[in-house]
Amino acid sequence: MSIKAEGLTYIYQAGTAMESYAVRDISFETKDGEFIGLIGHTGSGKSTLIQQLNGLIKPTSGKIYYNGEDIHSEGYDMKRLRQRVGLVFQYPEYQLFETDVLTDVKFGPKNMGMSDIEAEEAAKRALKLVGIGEDFYKRSPFELSGGQKRRAAIAGVLAMDPEVLILDEPAAGLDPLGKTEILETIARLHRERNNTIIMVSHSMEDVAEYADRIMVLDDGKLVYFDSPKEVFRHYEELEKMGLSAPQITYLMGDLKKRGLQVDDSVGTVAEACREILRLWKEKEEKSAE
Amino acid sequence: MIRDITIGQYYPTDSVIHRLDPRVKLASTMLFLISLFLTESIVGYVFAGAALLAVIRISRIPFKYIVRGLKAVVILLFISVSFNLFLTPGEEIFRLGFLKVTREGLRTALYMAVRLIYLIIGSSLMTLTTTPNQLTDGLEKSLGFLNKVHVPVHEIAMMMSIALRFIPILIEETDKIMKAQMARGADFDTGNLMQRARAMVPILVPLFISAFRRAADLAQAMEARCYHGGAGRTKLKPLRYERRDYIAYLLVALYLVVMVVTRWL
Repeated sequence: MSIKAEGLTYIYQAGTAMESYAVRDISFETKDGEFIGLIGHTGSGKSTLIQQLNGLIKPTSGKIYYNGEDIHSEGYDMKRLRQRVGLVFQYPEYQLFETDVLTDVKFGPKNMGMSDIEAEEAAKRALKLVGIGEDFYKRSPFELSGGQKRRAAIAGVLAMDPEVLILDEPAAGLDPLGKTEILETIARLHRERNNTIIMVSHSMEDVAEYADRIMVLDDGKLVYFDSPKEVFRHYEELEKMGLSAPQITYLMGDLKKRGLQVDDSVGTVAEACREILRLWKEKEEKSAE
Repeated sequence: MIRDITIGQYYPTDSVIHRLDPRVKLASTMLFLISLFLTESIVGYVFAGAALLAVIRISRIPFKYIVRGLKAVVILLFISVSFNLFLTPGEEIFRLGFLKVTREGLRTALYMAVRLIYLIIGSSLMTLTTTPNQLTDGLEKSLGFLNKVHVPVHEIAMMMSIALRFIPILIEETDKIMKAQMARGADFDTGNLMQRARAMVPILVPLFISAFRRAADLAQAMEARCYHGGAGRTKLKPLRYERRDYIAYLLVALYLVVMVVTRWL
């Protein structure tokens, strides 16, 4: 279930005055069941990169392997690939089109060749996963709230039962509650089904909370691909790319500058809490001696 | 895929043609189109072609880019040429079953093809070198006299510029929706005509909804900025003719004279 990219490069409108590199020479490999956060400033090539991973756009040069097979080799089953590597676009609710929620979610599985009954079961499972109840099945998708629409649209991809799930800014444009709901849903999916997840985001906080590894893109290049801790250590470089480490990392950095022996690479409030408590205990033990 | 359509698109470089007043380009394009129907001789077509090539060179737009725009109309070209080729009565050259090709037919078909290609290149040259905003500005100003007979010139121009502005947005949107549905296994390339037509529904429904949403948003944004039509509105960059514009007019006039003369060659 691994995706491997080798020297991916994508050029928009090659050979014209508008020629521009979206992605430059990117190579990486994912591990099974990993949660990857993909971070980058607007226009850093995040969306272009993920669209290449399920074959929606073909790289100008470079290769993509899924489970060791070159996806652009002769006779490769693209449809099957798109079922296994599910891609949820940014603002996925804009792709809803059916008369009711259930039928819309069934669209994917039916395209994959499932019978109507199978597709309906898959759709119901997916809707349950994202927390949309039975009373919504027969409603028009356009009657739902923003967050519900988003979850229904995500269910549309989940219903195909993908091995790898790629989400492009799944929380963009939602209110804080809707945002937490979506992110929690994704985290739960990851825990329960253990599939590989690649989540695009420009919020370090969101990514720090969930990701095992973070990929940082800047101007189409892969700058870092490492654990959150290692990436946040470079918070000054991140800032130059128009990104920032989580606020808590800055706080810890400031504490360290004031002479406290804390780890300044933590990315979540919970970790920071443990770190400060540890320091506190050490201090108490010292004063007790 | 749909991004390949170059008709009506603006090609951003810097050239004398780009800097010309949009009114000059509008008038010249019109006159060029008319000139193609003034001449009947090979000399005329060669001259028009040479003029067109010269303008392309000056405009600094890669020739390949312009030719790519022709791809979209190949079918149209093919149909009109074959109608002319096979359905013109006259002296027969050879036949293909019940279809016969005449000398006159060959001649008109050839002329028709050349005219159409020139026509398309000529008009796309205008849109390639003029931003939609300049274009509507030019139209609004040159048609301003119609205001006197109560034609809402400004409103029409505004509608046009909004429509033009929305073309790339909607193309991008279509591209995105298509990809999103493809990620859900939608297939737009196979099946018979009915199946293909049905496959369009998952694109068209979201596209219409988003077009309406965008239109409503835009209307609200315009109202919020107190837009109330053309009356009393001034421009940041009013159109003013400069020396190069007069020279361009002069050259176009010269070109027209030559084209008219070739009628008797």
